[in-house]
Amino acid sequence: MDSREGSILDRVRGGSAPLPFVSMRGITKRFPNVIANATVDLDLFAGEVHALLGENGAGKSTLMKILYGFYAADSGAVRIQGEEVRIRSPHDARNQGIGMVFQSFTLIQAMTVAENIALYLPGLPPCLNARSLERQVGELGERYNLRVDPRRPVHTLAVGDQQKVEILKLLAGGARILIFDEATSVLAPHEIEDLFGIFSRLKSDGYSIVFITHKLCEVLACADTITVMRRGRIAGAMPRGQASEASLVALMFGDSEPRMPAARAERPPDQGQPALELLKAGTRARGTKPGLTDIRLRLDRGEIVGVAGVSGNGQRELVDVILGLSPCDTGTRMLFGEDATTWSAKKIREAGVGFVPDDPLAMAVVPWMSLPANTALGNLKAYSRSGGFRLAWDAVATDIASSFEELGFEALPLHVPVKNFSGGQVQRTVLARELGRKPALLVALYPTRGLDVHSAAAAGRVLLGLRNSGAAVLLVSEDLDELYSLCDRLVVIHKGRLVGDFRPDQIDRLEIGHLMTGSGGSA
Amino acid sequence: MKLQRGHEAVIRHTLVVSIALVAYAVVLLLAGKNPIASFGDVIGFAFGTWYGFSEVIMRMIPLLLTALAVSLPSKLGLINVGGEGQLYMGAWLATWGAISFPGLPSALFIPFLVILGFVGGGLWAAIAGFFRARGWINETITTLLMNYIAPLIVGFFVYGAWRSKEAGSSAFPQSIAFPEAAQLPRFFGTRIHAGLIIALIALLCIWFVLEKTKWGLTIRAIGGNSEAARRLGLNIGLYMVVVMFVAGGIAGIAGMAEVSAIHGRLRAGFSPGYGFFGFLISWMAGGGPVGMITMSFVLATIFSAGALLQVTQGVPFSAINVLMAIVLLVVLAKPRILGRSA
Repeated sequence: MDSREGSILDRVRGGSAPLPFVSMRGITKRFPNVIANATVDLDLFAGEVHALLGENGAGKSTLMKILYGFYAADSGAVRIQGEEVRIRSPHDARNQGIGMVFQSFTLIQAMTVAENIALYLPGLPPCLNARSLERQVGELGERYNLRVDPRRPVHTLAVGDQQKVEILKLLAGGARILIFDEATSVLAPHEIEDLFGIFSRLKSDGYSIVFITHKLCEVLACADTITVMRRGRIAGAMPRGQASEASLVALMFGDSEPRMPAARAERPPDQGQPALELLKAGTRARGTKPGLTDIRLRLDRGEIVGVAGVSGNGQRELVDVILGLSPCDTGTRMLFGEDATTWSAKKIREAGVGFVPDDPLAMAVVPWMSLPANTALGNLKAYSRSGGFRLAWDAVATDIASSFEELGFEALPLHVPVKNFSGGQVQRTVLARELGRKPALLVALYPTRGLDVHSAAAAGRVLLGLRNSGAAVLLVSEDLDELYSLCDRLVVIHKGRLVGDFRPDQIDRLEIGHLMTGSGGSA
Repeated sequence: MKLQRGHEAVIRHTLVVSIALVAYAVVLLLAGKNPIASFGDVIGFAFGTWYGFSEVIMRMIPLLLTALAVSLPSKLGLINVGGEGQLYMGAWLATWGAISFPGLPSALFIPFLVILGFVGGGLWAAIAGFFRARGWINETITTLLMNYIAPLIVGFFVYGAWRSKEAGSSAFPQSIAFPEAAQLPRFFGTRIHAGLIIALIALLCIWFVLEKTKWGLTIRAIGGNSEAARRLGLNIGLYMVVVMFVAGGIAGIAGMAEVSAIHGRLRAGFSPGYGFFGFLISWMAGGGPVGMITMSFVLATIFSAGALLQVTQGVPFSAINVLMAIVLLVVLAKPRILGRSA
């Protein structure tokens, strides 16, 4: 195994390869019950974008967190410019010029851009010279197309700009290797393009970039070298020129390619009352959250309505209003033909509304509880016995088994906290729980964000299956491919308003893009 | 797996206690006392005499109850530092019952007092729970500050309306004596009283509710991820108020039992800080029922030691506060001591 992987690396770099900036050898890391990394070798060179591709749970993030000093490897060595180093903490990593941009940013929201950057600098003087810092930030911004006003408080910045601040922070701190962990999952399409532009400028100045992702198209768009991981091992490595979509998919999944979405049945005939109707619904802006204005949305049984938009334009607020988590300040909420404006979240859920969020570990499950406990929580009424003094755990287990079977999911262990699951496994836990209740309306908020191709396809299949069985589905997503392939109808949200309502075949992506960004489309 | 965890708990508790004792020995040395002789006195007293042992158990009762009053809300993610105030309010309301209905027979009186103690402490704590549920004020702040109010309320009554006019006792700020029927039964000719049974039953009930019932699952879910709980339509606010009510009620029973069984009347400042030490016990025990009993026993021993060493070694009782502070420090630092495994 080792020799084969070694030979791949040799072939990639050729005989006369320059010294790698970082070389990781034989990295092994075990977690309880799983081997996250098994004797992994990786070389990172200056002036290249190195993509680490793999399904969720393939060990990409673990490997990079070892390099960043977040985890200690059980065995293996790290060399930087040929010299063996021991990286025991992120602090050590920073001193070695290694920086990491996390999926969830590490900025202090109340502080300005310049203050956030200053906090990260190694030799912070007791008295800050704000002007020179701002000048430095400005220069870096010009050079690498990372223009952000250094005096603005971070919480006023869009997500894409916050990411720029994260990058500026690392550059100002003298990092030479920049690790991006699923960096595009929070970005809109044009922001992703900007990011790749930034990559190429950094690259030409000799920075080394590691790009962790599970999205094939992004890898092909920006990488120079591609390493594919599967189940904690290197499945293959190649320069961009030799990679094709098919070859990468084969490496990512081995023999098991992701299944395609389920067939779309003809829409069942109209079944009278709409599942959901929002009439002129609105909410006030709260803090940094945008308000909603004059939302008119009708969702019939047996259809999937997609909500397209750049994130932060009111999607979360829209979902919260439907679920009863925030009140309709104006207008009316109708559910299944009844006026539900004043219903509580509990009543709405009991009326048959299910919810699948983008970050299930934070929003839908209790991380240290097991799969059965989390399932029981979703439907306490059904599993209570003796008036609540006892819970029918055997019934819970039976239901889990049958809904996993029905949805075509592989069974998951029942006695581990769900925080030990991978992202896709947690999402399957939630999908199985919500669909096990046979919801008449399912609200899905970025349900495939951060999921690998396999899990995303499975989730899409599940949503279609639910629609075919006559339930209504609201799908909030930024992924236009997903929206086009799943939805019967598309609405676009921009600055808290719905600015379009189309059948997917009536509108092309360019037009949607204009509506999403408010840049004056024709509709 | 389970066995290993029990093993770890034993090591942890032993470590905590021994570090605290060594530190205390240093304090005693600095004060010019003999730590070996002091510890010898304590062990001889608590484990060598039936009287000493019974005193330890007697002190364990309010400690265990107030520790429960802290540990139950902690499962919900609430930090109740108001055990002391809730204890006072339980005692206060029970006293009202005891002196207002002197004619009740014992079989009715005791349950009546238990209910009053529960309600008194419970309502006091539920105020904090309500403010928190509404998102107005953090419960740590309210419960802490309300600790200062409750003894003042008790003081207001025992200095005023309820002050005893009996010959000989009217010099002290205290109520009249409880009727015979309103005094919790004591056992074996010691000061161990029926509060022990109530405490053990409460411990069992809480453990059962938390581990086995749907309410326990809900409480643990809210404590584990309140955002998810909210989205699952669980009524977080209601749980906050009810759990605080029950927790405060348990502390209130501790207060009721103290005045009814030990003092036989309400006295200003009757508690030597049981409510605060309950907080310490709950933290040390880490939530398990066995840990709760063990830790309240250990702290009860230390408590009795304070009174004893005052006599035998001339160490002021407040030296106990030093020891307790050291224990708290050790407990809070414990993840680091055991190599951040938690």
